[in-house]
Amino acid sequence: MRWPDRLAGVIGALLLLAVLVPMGLMLWSLLEQGAGVISVDFLLDDPRQAGRAGGIAALLVSTGWILAVCLLVAVPMGLGCALYLSEQVPAGTRRAQWLGGTLDMLAAVPSIVYGLFGYQFFAISLGLGFSLLSGGLALALMVLPLMIRSAEQALRAVPLSYRQAGESLSISRWGWVRRILIPQAAPGIAVGIILSIGRALAETAVLLFTAGYVLRQPDSLLDSGRALSVHIYDLAMNVPGGMPRAAATGLVLVAILIVLNLSVRRLLRPAQGAWQ
Amino acid sequence: MTSPTLELQQVSVYYGKQAAIEQASLNVRAGELMALVGPSGCGKSSLLASINRMTDGVPGCSVKGTVLLGGEPLASNRDATALRRRIGMVFQQPNPFPLSIIDNLRFPLAEHGVPRRERDIRAEQALRAVGLWEEVSGRLSQSALGLSGGQQQRLCIARALVLKPQVLLLDEPCSALDPVSSKVVEELIVSLKGRYTLLMVTHNLAQARRIADSVTVCWVQEGCGCVVESNDCRQVFEQPSHPITAAYCAGEAG
Repeated sequence: MRWPDRLAGVIGALLLLAVLVPMGLMLWSLLEQGAGVISVDFLLDDPRQAGRAGGIAALLVSTGWILAVCLLVAVPMGLGCALYLSEQVPAGTRRAQWLGGTLDMLAAVPSIVYGLFGYQFFAISLGLGFSLLSGGLALALMVLPLMIRSAEQALRAVPLSYRQAGESLSISRWGWVRRILIPQAAPGIAVGIILSIGRALAETAVLLFTAGYVLRQPDSLLDSGRALSVHIYDLAMNVPGGMPRAAATGLVLVAILIVLNLSVRRLLRPAQGAWQ
Repeated sequence: MTSPTLELQQVSVYYGKQAAIEQASLNVRAGELMALVGPSGCGKSSLLASINRMTDGVPGCSVKGTVLLGGEPLASNRDATALRRRIGMVFQQPNPFPLSIIDNLRFPLAEHGVPRRERDIRAEQALRAVGLWEEVSGRLSQSALGLSGGQQQRLCIARALVLKPQVLLLDEPCSALDPVSSKVVEELIVSLKGRYTLLMVTHNLAQARRIADSVTVCWVQEGCGCVVESNDCRQVFEQPSHPITAAYCAGEAG
């Protein structure tokens, strides 16, 4: 091998290490501080003494509801918008550039702005108050641009030859979308959903303003509740001696992310074949 | 089922203001195979696509002129669904849907409201018609994308036939295939003569001479495609009436 190729290989490997090592250290520090706290009871008990003792059961429930609301709104709406863009707005036209640019800008808006808007709109104007519902809806707004853009890219990447075949056979628009377009784009749509889940689970600022940070079990979607990420923030910043439990909560959050990623990927594998 | 005549009268296809082909007229007799030949860019594929109105989906594309099927002019403003049931199309690149082999046939049947119990019968008929049944009957539920190129193309022809069209438009159906598969597909196309009226774009003059009943030669004149000659196959190759045809068919031009 000639030396520039060899050098490029070495630089690439070093860069990879530069990414992997901090990630490993991060996980290690979470494990070091939090592994001792994790137990079945930690998952099943509600927090006590502002989180210094007890577990995170109530937070798991709150987080679950917030994420469910977020995805139930963001996935169908995002997919709908992406379908509109890919089917009705030809790539390269002015309209496509304008709409795409707007979405990219919305995706880059700092989350705290979504938090303020969510507070004003969902909590105050719509009267939903500090609630899991407000939180989930504000999060949905925040992840929508990302969801739309990644789904749109996946839909646009479906080969033109399939579309031609469909047109020549007068396949209906709905049949085309349902049987060919969405199944073909499914892996790309899954990536959009996974990224959205990641952003939603990691989000703190939006939820401080909308879902609140009450520690108890929520009774309904209109109750305030604390998400895992908010809990980590609070334990680490405001509760002396909260670090081990913050780290343990972080570990649980990472585990949830991994499980959700794997299941979405599995659910939306490239679809093919059997249909009756 | 009877196959009708297919007649084009003064058909022009425009992309924006630029004409791809102008004033093209030709007449395919019932149940015959006409080859549409000519150099690249002479508008023959555009002409083919205008017949089943695939051009509708192309932004800025407009079509003028009349297409007659069995002597009846086709309404140009109506929904293309009914038209495309009568006129099937096969493309250069085999493009089976990313579904199982059987679903490639069931899907269009379902879309056109064929009752469930009839679908498999018609699918089998279509697969037999293209000589694919023996090869795939044991693996109907496997992906169509696992078939060889030639098998895929025959599946695409079966998929066009399953809707029981009267006319088949073929856009260079053999040119993306290896020589062996190409021969099989060519023989298949010959076997469809009589039952269907066939119009086939091809770059392969030898193929046109082998299997076509009539030949239409397109050419580029003044930056725009046109038909220079349309006649019986033997007439075009042995006694061409136009000097361009003579040069083209002798391999001296194009």
